[in-house]
Amino acid sequence: MKLLYLAQRPTRGRIRLFGEELSEAPREALPPFRRRIGVVFQDFRLIRHLSAFDNIALPLRVAGATEEELEGPVREMLAWVGLADRASARPPTLSGGEQQRVAIARAVINRPDLLVADEPTGNVDAEMAKRLLHLFTALNRLGTTVVVATHDVGLINATPGAEIIRLDNGGLADPTGMLRNPPPRRR
Amino acid sequence: MLAWLFVSPADRRLLGTNRFRGPTPWVIAIMSFSIMLIAATGLALASTAGSLSRAIETRYALEVPNGGQNLDALVASLKSVSGVSSVDPVPESEMRRTLERWLGPEADSADLPVPALVNFDARPGTDFAAVQRHVEAIAPGARISAHQDRVAPLLRSMHALQWLAFGLVVLLGAAAAAAVVLAARGALDTHRFTIEVMHGIGATDLQLTHMFQRKIALDALVGSVAGAAAGGIVLLLLASGASFAGELSGGATLSIVDLLVLLALPFLLTALATWVGRIAVLAALRETL
Repeated sequence: MKLLYLAQRPTRGRIRLFGEELSEAPREALPPFRRRIGVVFQDFRLIRHLSAFDNIALPLRVAGATEEELEGPVREMLAWVGLADRASARPPTLSGGEQQRVAIARAVINRPDLLVADEPTGNVDAEMAKRLLHLFTALNRLGTTVVVATHDVGLINATPGAEIIRLDNGGLADPTGMLRNPPPRRR
Repeated sequence: MLAWLFVSPADRRLLGTNRFRGPTPWVIAIMSFSIMLIAATGLALASTAGSLSRAIETRYALEVPNGGQNLDALVASLKSVSGVSSVDPVPESEMRRTLERWLGPEADSADLPVPALVNFDARPGTDFAAVQRHVEAIAPGARISAHQDRVAPLLRSMHALQWLAFGLVVLLGAAAAAAVVLAARGALDTHRFTIEVMHGIGATDLQLTHMFQRKIALDALVGSVAGAAAGGIVLLLLASGASFAGELSGGATLSIVDLLVLLALPFLLTALATWVGRIAVLAALRETL
């Protein structure tokens, strides 16, 4: 996952993202690519001393949006994740589920080309998990590639069209693609 | 170019609000205070050495070992030489007072042969061979010496002290810069998580550096202006206060240019701290991916 969202360089192999070979790209070249990637971390990685609003607004601010430009989208996103009334709350005062929703809102606010989510439904209730799935599907339809790492079989079953890659001990469990779900031809 | 100084409140919140609570402003204030005093001393020394040098560059002394029997004739003869002016014989009483420091009351003894001393100015280009001839004719064995030669060791010491002051200012500036580097690294460590998150969402090194650079600049500005102000107060007290200070600063004055240099020092220190901080932050960020 870290290789996917450009937080690490590969020790071997290559990374081709957005049509570019990025394995050995100079570090100065990486920020524009990172802005096209939204990441939902398992441990949320919210900045503790910033409010939920400021955490969600970060990608827009980094991209150069003015306060007037980002106010509407951030409020809308807060409302969508059910935290409209917690805009000024700081992460330590939010529950695990609320923090996860802030993390998801931050990851998608910029309409990324690639969304990488690590256990996005781990701390949310079934209703929120369903809404997240709808969001991911909607983003995917709009052109965003969504990569989700999960142990949630329910989530896997709820996305019948998705390509599934099973990992075992850090390696591909089915390098030939035989076990992919839905398999092209299941034996 | 200075847009980084005027960031939005949201960007300011990224590094928290505990400004001026760290040691950096205090360290810089102490450095600035010391720099101010040392620089003022160095400039005053340079000014004093300059005025002293200017005052004596055309001044000469004529020493007559056997006393002043023909002093009036000697003075008249000196005045007649072209280029010589301000011929001032030192009164014998003054010579005896000077000797009293070494000889005590014996200096007043009529048996003591007191040499005569005549000070005079000579414009550059004065024919000293002619002066010497006039003097020899009246007082054989009389010696002419330039004041500049006698004061040369003192002037050399003053110049050496001046350079020492300059060196100390440079060293203190370097120490302030080193303190800023340490503070910048500490700030980077404190905010490592924020930096990782910001990098992760596509912030450039320059965007991150600007956040730290602004904080360093403000800390340095507050510290250096406060230190310089305290130094200025001490200098004012020294200049206008106790009598011993009057003795110390007698003749040592600061020109308008010197005062402008002193006024510029805290801002130069701020600029140095900001630049060093920026380089330190950029270098540290380059070590990450």
